[in-house]
Amino acid sequence: MALTVILEFLGGAEFLFGHVKHHTVSIEKGENKLNISQLLMWIKENLLQERLELFMQGCTVRPGILVLVNDVDWSLLGELTYEIEENDRITFISTLHGG
Amino acid sequence: MPLLCSICKDKRALLKRPKTGTPVCKDCFYWAFECEIHHTIQTANLFKRGEKVAIGASGGKDSTVLAYVLKTLNERYDYGLNLFLLSIDEGITGYRDDSLETVKRNQQQYDLPLKVLSYQDLYGWSMDAIVKQIGRKNNCTFCGVFRRQALDRGAMSLGVDKIATGHNADDVAETIIMNILRGDIARLQRCTAIITGDDPSGIPRVKPFKYTYEKEIVAYAYFKKLDYFSTECIYAPNAYRGHARAYLKDLEAIRSSTIIDIIHSGEMMSVKEGVKMPVQTKCKKCGYISSNEFCKACVLLEGLNKGLPRLGVGKTSKVNQQLKQVNDSKSCECQNKSTKCCLNNVPKTAPSSCPNRSKNCENHDAKFDSPSVKDNQMDKTTKICLTNSEIL
Repeated sequence: MALTVILEFLGGAEFLFGHVKHHTVSIEKGENKLNISQLLMWIKENLLQERLELFMQGCTVRPGILVLVNDVDWSLLGELTYEIEENDRITFISTLHGG
Repeated sequence: MPLLCSICKDKRALLKRPKTGTPVCKDCFYWAFECEIHHTIQTANLFKRGEKVAIGASGGKDSTVLAYVLKTLNERYDYGLNLFLLSIDEGITGYRDDSLETVKRNQQQYDLPLKVLSYQDLYGWSMDAIVKQIGRKNNCTFCGVFRRQALDRGAMSLGVDKIATGHNADDVAETIIMNILRGDIARLQRCTAIITGDDPSGIPRVKPFKYTYEKEIVAYAYFKKLDYFSTECIYAPNAYRGHARAYLKDLEAIRSSTIIDIIHSGEMMSVKEGVKMPVQTKCKKCGYISSNEFCKACVLLEGLNKGLPRLGVGKTSKVNQQLKQVNDSKSCECQNKSTKCCLNNVPKTAPSSCPNRSKNCENHDAKFDSPSVKDNQMDKTTKICLTNSEIL
């Protein structure tokens, strides 16, 4: 079974993804559920084009990147453990010094 | 079961506030965010009615949100301020061009007047031209020093009462950490002030976002769909700040109040009596506030204009040493007085022709051994030592 997810990379994070802000992707997950932790691994292997260290640190996103699920702060949703649903929109907003 | 807002207890919470950890809905977030900035402005007496305030606008998230929020609060609470956007064009093709376009759109969107000043106009050098001279190492020194003065020079020429910048709580905490790590006690004292440069001659700078978290600024810009520009400068990023930033973010992940705690520590710290601090004086050349006889910008500019771009990069003591070297070379004291190794006698030939090249001649300055000094620059370099007395 495949899951359709809308991924958004903003605030500079798009530069790591070929300068593309919006991606609609289909992720094969079998019968299992997919949480954000697994999604990050999928992004790392399938979508990220450069400088992994600017996007991830260990198993999670680099501190300072704001993550929203359907415009809700992932901190309120269990962060890495949130189970993704069909057509969820997940937004990653990078923050840079200076702005 | 969606989490409800801890303030209105009615709508769905969208954001966990980094300062308090409380969940808030969109409307309550806007309200709290704006209220806190208003509170900061009021309690610190940042502005007085009727003042002309320049918002340092880079097109990035902080200054874009600052422009929007100041405009909003000025109208809502009737501050009576005359606000406008002031942008500095460093002359970095492909970086500043795009961000200036953003500022120009902000000018329309927020209906605020905009003034753009370029490094080229102010200093006669664009950053692109400076990088050509100095390379990609230390170029951030030039950019930073020039930008700081550029805002002041621009503000002065426009008759501004105050400059508002978008420095946020994360920035201030980073700066405190950096100053501690560098042992820069003078800056450590100054960097926490919410109003800086408050001397009779300088234009005060205010930081309305001093207690505002970066996460909330980013979230505010996102939810309000504010138009900002985000890219790293195409020239080297600020590596030192990068480390401080990563360190703070890691700490914050463990202890959410880290940022505000560090700011608090910075504010409460006081330098014990007897510690020698640099006395703030005025640059003898341009009149800008300076810890030395001549301000950093003037030293850097002098170096650029005299074909000695590394002058002024690094510690003041080293700069003085460099100057001394240049001065000393006037009276060559090397063993072979008749040779052409001494700076003021250097002919317009390639440096390799200097007979003393291989000898231990003190005045056979590294500048000549450096491949960056091209033959055609020799003339310029020679002039340096002839005119060194007027360098500073």
